[in-house]
Amino acid sequence: MVALETDNLTVRFGDFLALDGVSFTLPESAFLALIGPNGAGKSTLIRALLGLVAPSSGTVQVLGQQPGQFPQHIGYVPQIKTFDRSFPALALELVLTGVLRGWVGRIKPEHKALALEALERVGAEKLAARAVGRLSGGELQRVYLARALVRKPKLILLDEPATGIDVIGEKDMYSLLERYRAESGATLAMITHDLDVARYHASHVAILNRKLFGFGDPQTVMNDDCLARAYGHAHHHHPKGVTL
Amino acid sequence: MSWFLELWSFPFMQHALLAGAMVGLLCGYYGVFMVQRGLSFLGDGLAHAAFGGVALALLLGWTPLYVALPFTVVVSLGITALRERTHLGGDTAVGIFFAVSVALGVLFLGLKKDYSVDAFAYLFGSILGVTGFDLWAVALLLILSALLIPFTWRSLAYATFDSELARSDRVPVRLLDYLLSVLIALTVVVSVKVVGIVLVASFLVIPAATARLLSPTLYRMTLTSSLLGILSSVVGLLISYQVDVPSGSTIILSQAFIFVVAALVSGKARG
Repeated sequence: MVALETDNLTVRFGDFLALDGVSFTLPESAFLALIGPNGAGKSTLIRALLGLVAPSSGTVQVLGQQPGQFPQHIGYVPQIKTFDRSFPALALELVLTGVLRGWVGRIKPEHKALALEALERVGAEKLAARAVGRLSGGELQRVYLARALVRKPKLILLDEPATGIDVIGEKDMYSLLERYRAESGATLAMITHDLDVARYHASHVAILNRKLFGFGDPQTVMNDDCLARAYGHAHHHHPKGVTL
Repeated sequence: MSWFLELWSFPFMQHALLAGAMVGLLCGYYGVFMVQRGLSFLGDGLAHAAFGGVALALLLGWTPLYVALPFTVVVSLGITALRERTHLGGDTAVGIFFAVSVALGVLFLGLKKDYSVDAFAYLFGSILGVTGFDLWAVALLLILSALLIPFTWRSLAYATFDSELARSDRVPVRLLDYLLSVLIALTVVVSVKVVGIVLVASFLVIPAATARLLSPTLYRMTLTSSLLGILSSVVGLLISYQVDVPSGSTIILSQAFIFVVAALVSGKARG
């Protein structure tokens, strides 16, 4: 069965062309890494899959439906941006938005148990009663991941989830995602700037720079020619796998 | 106790206490969203829009509330639309409408030619002169707000935290933004007669800011802000009666006193 399908997807913001005729089909249980330079339209693609951005032309299907039809099946881990750290919220409450799809007032014991279980899964149970404004980038990312997992999603969309996480934390996160995918058969789609992560963790890679420059198995697609065309210059690989 | 019963025996004082408590509750509730959305200046802007509406009503010889209500609601919707459709910040959008509304108010009063006592009553409020009609207007808005809370609070809170995350969960963020702007406009207009254009912003900002200092969650902040709104109105009114000074100032000073105490307490708690 198909998890994600775009056909000639084009998104314009006024005169600005963010996505230009993007077409691909991703099977269920796949792990898609979305790569491309800054401003390539990766976040726009994720937002189109979430139904936050309407296509100017072309079509998008998510789990066989129009985008935004079944948010309860989608776990979204947004890019950690400069959110309002003065907002009075506990990590537990943020996780509960994954269950309630609204903010929580008085917390019911059954909801608290669900949120704690999700936080435990990402190794962040100690953060439950911590104010979100006092979390570090890595801690916040774990909480957002718990929020995505708590609804037992069929599809997880992640927008640069490694931002602000240290190397160990990043490794843990990929292990966790892989484990969840193996257990549940869920599909993952993740934006990353780390080409090694795309190469060694993903089952599929989409190379994007407004247009789709390559899509498929990373070993086949991530060749120098394809990357050079998308990024506008050749990539250099360190012997130990660090990409510059 | 006998002092309070004596005070309660005056109908004007009953009206004032009821109006103060209801306005305090309404402003305390909506103030939470304004403060958390970085729209503290909106209260001032809408109060001055109400001034434009009141001035137009005085020029036309109509009941001020009937003109100020639609006038302020339109301004509030305009501010929301300008924020949504342009890259202008909330304070800039408010500032533009603020200035235009005051200019219109001054123009309307100028066209009326004669000196208008009513306009000044709205500028500074007259809580001790609250009529049954004013009281009903506040009570109706309070009932409407209470009826809406079960359907809107969770979504409004979610959208206040992160509007994009809320939209990804199919929360009708845009509709809620406009609904909130209408409800805040209505709150400002019904409050203006009671507390005055100059002071209404304090009712919207100070209890909510105080509650923020004392609350770890938005739920607690909402409850605390609403209660502080009532408490400061009642305490301020009682002090005003006892000391025989204008009630608007004693209410705001009560709010400010509680804020200072909260700031000291929360500062101490943080170490």
